Amino acid sequence: MKKDTIKKVFDLIGKYRFMLYLSVILAGVSVLLQLYVPILFGKAIDGIIAKGNVDFQIVGSYLAKILVLIIVASAATWIMSLLNNALTYRIVRDIRSRAINQIQRLPLKYLDGHKSGDIVSRVIADADQLSDGLLLGFTQLFSGIITIIITLVFMLSKSIVITLIVIVLTPLSFFVAKFIAQRSFDMFKKQSEARGQETALIDEMVGNSKVVKAFGYEDRSSERFNEINIKLQNYSQKAIFFSSLTNPSTRFVNSVIYAAVALIGAIRILNGALTVGDLSVLLNYANQYMKPFNDISSVITELQNAFACAERIFDLIEAEPETEESGEMPAAEGNVELKNVYFSYVKDKKLIENFSLKAKPGMKIAIVGPTGCGKTTMINLLMRFYDADQGNIIVDGTDIYGVSRHSLRKNYGMVLQETWLKHASARDNINIGKPDATDEDIIEAAKEAHSWEFIRKLPEKLDTVITDDSLSQGQKQLLCITRIMLCLPPMLILDEATSSIDTRTEVLIQEAFDKLMKGRTSFIVAHRLSTIRSADVILVMKDGHIIEQGNHEELMSKNGFYTNLYNSQFERK
Amino acid sequence: MMRLMRYLKGYEKEATLAPLFKMLEAFFDLLVPLVVADIINNGISSGNLIYCVTRVLMMILLAAVGLASSVTAQYFAAKSSVGFATKLRQDTFDHIQKLSYKELDQIGSGTLITRLTSDINQVQSGLNMALRLLLRSPFIVFGSMIMSFTIDYNCALVFVAAVPALAVVVFGITFAVIPLFKKVQAKLDEVTEHTRENLNGVRVIRAFCKEDEEINEFDDKNNALTKINEFTSGISSLMNPLTYVMINIATIYLIKEGALRVSLGSIQQGDVVALYNYMAQMIVELIKMASLSVTINKGLACAARVANVLDEKSSIKFADRDAETTEIGTVEFDKVYFSYSKDGDPALENISFKAEKGDVIGIIGGTGSGKSSLVNLISRFYDVDSGVVKLDGVDVKSYTEATLRERIGVVPQKAVLFAGTVRDNMKWGNENATDEEIWDALKIAQADGVVEGKENKLDHQIEQNGRNLSGGQKQRLTIARALVKKPEFLILDDSASALDFATDAALRHALRGISGSTTIFIVSQRTSSIMEADQILVLDDGKLVGKGTHAELLKNSHVYQEIYYSQFPEQRKENARSEVAQA
Repeated sequence: MKKDTIKKVFDLIGKYRFMLYLSVILAGVSVLLQLYVPILFGKAIDGIIAKGNVDFQIVGSYLAKILVLIIVASAATWIMSLLNNALTYRIVRDIRSRAINQIQRLPLKYLDGHKSGDIVSRVIADADQLSDGLLLGFTQLFSGIITIIITLVFMLSKSIVITLIVIVLTPLSFFVAKFIAQRSFDMFKKQSEARGQETALIDEMVGNSKVVKAFGYEDRSSERFNEINIKLQNYSQKAIFFSSLTNPSTRFVNSVIYAAVALIGAIRILNGALTVGDLSVLLNYANQYMKPFNDISSVITELQNAFACAERIFDLIEAEPETEESGEMPAAEGNVELKNVYFSYVKDKKLIENFSLKAKPGMKIAIVGPTGCGKTTMINLLMRFYDADQGNIIVDGTDIYGVSRHSLRKNYGMVLQETWLKHASARDNINIGKPDATDEDIIEAAKEAHSWEFIRKLPEKLDTVITDDSLSQGQKQLLCITRIMLCLPPMLILDEATSSIDTRTEVLIQEAFDKLMKGRTSFIVAHRLSTIRSADVILVMKDGHIIEQGNHEELMSKNGFYTNLYNSQFERK
Repeated sequence: MMRLMRYLKGYEKEATLAPLFKMLEAFFDLLVPLVVADIINNGISSGNLIYCVTRVLMMILLAAVGLASSVTAQYFAAKSSVGFATKLRQDTFDHIQKLSYKELDQIGSGTLITRLTSDINQVQSGLNMALRLLLRSPFIVFGSMIMSFTIDYNCALVFVAAVPALAVVVFGITFAVIPLFKKVQAKLDEVTEHTRENLNGVRVIRAFCKEDEEINEFDDKNNALTKINEFTSGISSLMNPLTYVMINIATIYLIKEGALRVSLGSIQQGDVVALYNYMAQMIVELIKMASLSVTINKGLACAARVANVLDEKSSIKFADRDAETTEIGTVEFDKVYFSYSKDGDPALENISFKAEKGDVIGIIGGTGSGKSSLVNLISRFYDVDSGVVKLDGVDVKSYTEATLRERIGVVPQKAVLFAGTVRDNMKWGNENATDEEIWDALKIAQADGVVEGKENKLDHQIEQNGRNLSGGQKQRLTIARALVKKPEFLILDDSASALDFATDAALRHALRGISGSTTIFIVSQRTSSIMEADQILVLDDGKLVGKGTHAELLKNSHVYQEIYYSQFPEQRKENARSEVAQA
């Protein structure tokens, strides 16, 4: 599983692999030079022995060499960073691009089955985490390992004894860091739990502060908050303290090693086995050698985290997208036939069984029932958001399962209760179904849908950018209706399309709809039964099943569920 | 931001000691190169091994003392910064709860939540960092410089030149990158927003076959983000190579200068090594300081945002004592004008009416006609611009907040329930309510069936925001919650909209039963919900355009007729027929 993910991540690098190779080479060059420079400094210092005993020529030639090398080294470092950055950001870009493709192509079953916040966090937060991890991995892990190897080689060339001491002692700081990390991990876990609880309470109490006020609940909520807050304080303080011990502790261990190197070095110098310049180089290397060990443990945690995130992203971008049929549905007249349709969202929970219906052009099919009865299921089937388990849906003699979804959907105009507007101008929101519409067309459609009255009052009319709270729910619905009025598709689906519009405006829109529906097949979901009395066929749904079917008079005479539903509107004392 | 400093009260000792101990640690760090120089100059040159060993032990001792002071400093820093944040959080939370509806509308709960959570967390880490490093880093940088003077004046001049130059590069890059990071964040927000928008609108996008356009738009934003990311990181990754070059050039000068000085006999070889070490220490510290300044900057920006919330004062001042009531169960509006903002259109204009004890008052009108505004004035969630709202014969402004909340039961439009048991939620109305009282309220609200259907009845666990309940169930439970209070006045603000007509009717009958002791306001879009009210107020665009019973309004209110017939079209014909018959 884990290996699989790592392989997939490397597959992503695929087309950028030359950047990666170059980056590794540059990392090698930069590290090598950066480590070689102290040697040269050491040699230069060796040229400075005592009063009157300074070889200026040697010192000068070393210093000149150093100058060239540091410029090369820093150029290599910078180019390496640029490559690493480009590499990770492009990989993440590719991942996100694939993710958005998936979002448009995945079956709705997948999307409905995942919380949208969860998918967003995969595309955004997880991808970011992956890029952070990769970047750190590329820059720190490579150069860290190269640093360790090269310092070892250099140190060995200076003094085998001192090198061995450093090698033996270094893991000490590693263990200390690990020990502290484990202790503080528990506290961090408790801290994030407490923080989670506190955020949940804040979400509730501040998010609904009007209710809190209305019930005079302030003191009680303050008390509850205080309780969690104190708990959080306790955990946070410990977590922060424990984790902040890592740095000083490892530094202490390093200091001890440093001191040990200084001591042994001094002894070796006294024995004539080492020069002072060598010692200063060794001290420097001991420091350089220990640093990557401190970093590597954090890099490994980061990488583990990154791969966990990568798994979540792969889960999304590797989900099976919808297959697409190549056939094309011609512009429809509006004969819709459902033949022995079976459908259920979950295998063992049957919903629609053996359902048949014939609609001719111009017919009005209404779907009614209490909230949550599954009225949208019908829309899901007609639009092919979901496929039926069995049976056929035929439009103008063409089986909709044999043609592309696009060609089918172009024949429908849909307005849903849940209004959806893009963060774009009013024009772009209206002409979504007919991008080449002129402003005259748009204004005419807007007048028809009674949305022009508020659009013309917007600061920049059709060019006004629509934001989430700039319009009321009713106005949003009017805009969605305007879309349909503009593109005039042969079949209509209206799902509680006017639920947020006040009843007086609704009457006006209803008139416009009636005009529009002439000659068009329409499917209407509505709460208010009065608006659907004139329907040719009424489907009465309850708990996902169609329990009654017929026109208003037929259903009323049955004296069943529909009759009850209808009468409850007019019930008197 | 300085205003927030008072939250450090009680932690003054810790907040002072933390940076001091950090400085102490730095001091010991600075001594290490001196000791190394000492070993080389005195120990090695004279061949005295014992001298070397004592010096090395001294180094270890210095490191140990350094560790001890560092640990002490970290402890104090953690204690004071977390303590500070805890107090600040509690105060901000309490303060937010005291704000009136007006301020809550202005600021928006989303922002308030981020300020309480992530902003305060940022302030906490900023403070923690500042306490730990603010004194230490400058101390090391300047300390290294001063120490170099103690070794050799001429060599120290290299430091004097190098420190400002390095500081310019380090801080220059840091500050150049901060605004770029903001741009990155903005572009990332766009990508996030697009993703969210696409997910929410997936059905519409597919219905209009807009998948490819959306993908292209996303790719544009995605590419823009990648570009700005690469540019920003390109600049910030200049820091490392640039400082590397500078520090090494400085070192080259240092050694050149050192060579001269040694040859003149002013300093010794070990001193050159010590100077070299100071140089290395300084750069590490400068880079640390740069990263610290980012955290502190962020912390300060967040602190300002939190301070803004604390500066926001509630615009409504409640009376300290209740005035004597002169009537019982009445609500009266007298020429009331109200607007949400000073220069905005008035939400209510010249509203006058009176409700008697036990009345059921229906309020109807289109969206945005001012129905909710009107009932919000009764609870004094907002203050009127002019005119008077009277409760029991006395201006609402002469009651304490507690009295108003106790006497008025409100069922808001948005049905909100809280995580906890059904009983917990019901007790919002009355902390001491018995189970029996709760069941009574549930029965009136037609919610007894909802609770009885749950396995644990009143102990049934409700999830946050009542996620595990349907819209209609939530509405009925919120009505019950207000009834548990046994209020003198009950306000239902379009709170039965998700109920089917039969349940709505049953609820109204049950409410009739309690209306003898309770004055009830029902706001609705549905005529059927308010038809039987004792008095119906018809609102249109903030004005009271009709007042009376259903029968009266049907005769003489044009707006009411329109609303009614739009909901009951067949009645129009019938009424027309009966009128003809009467004629």
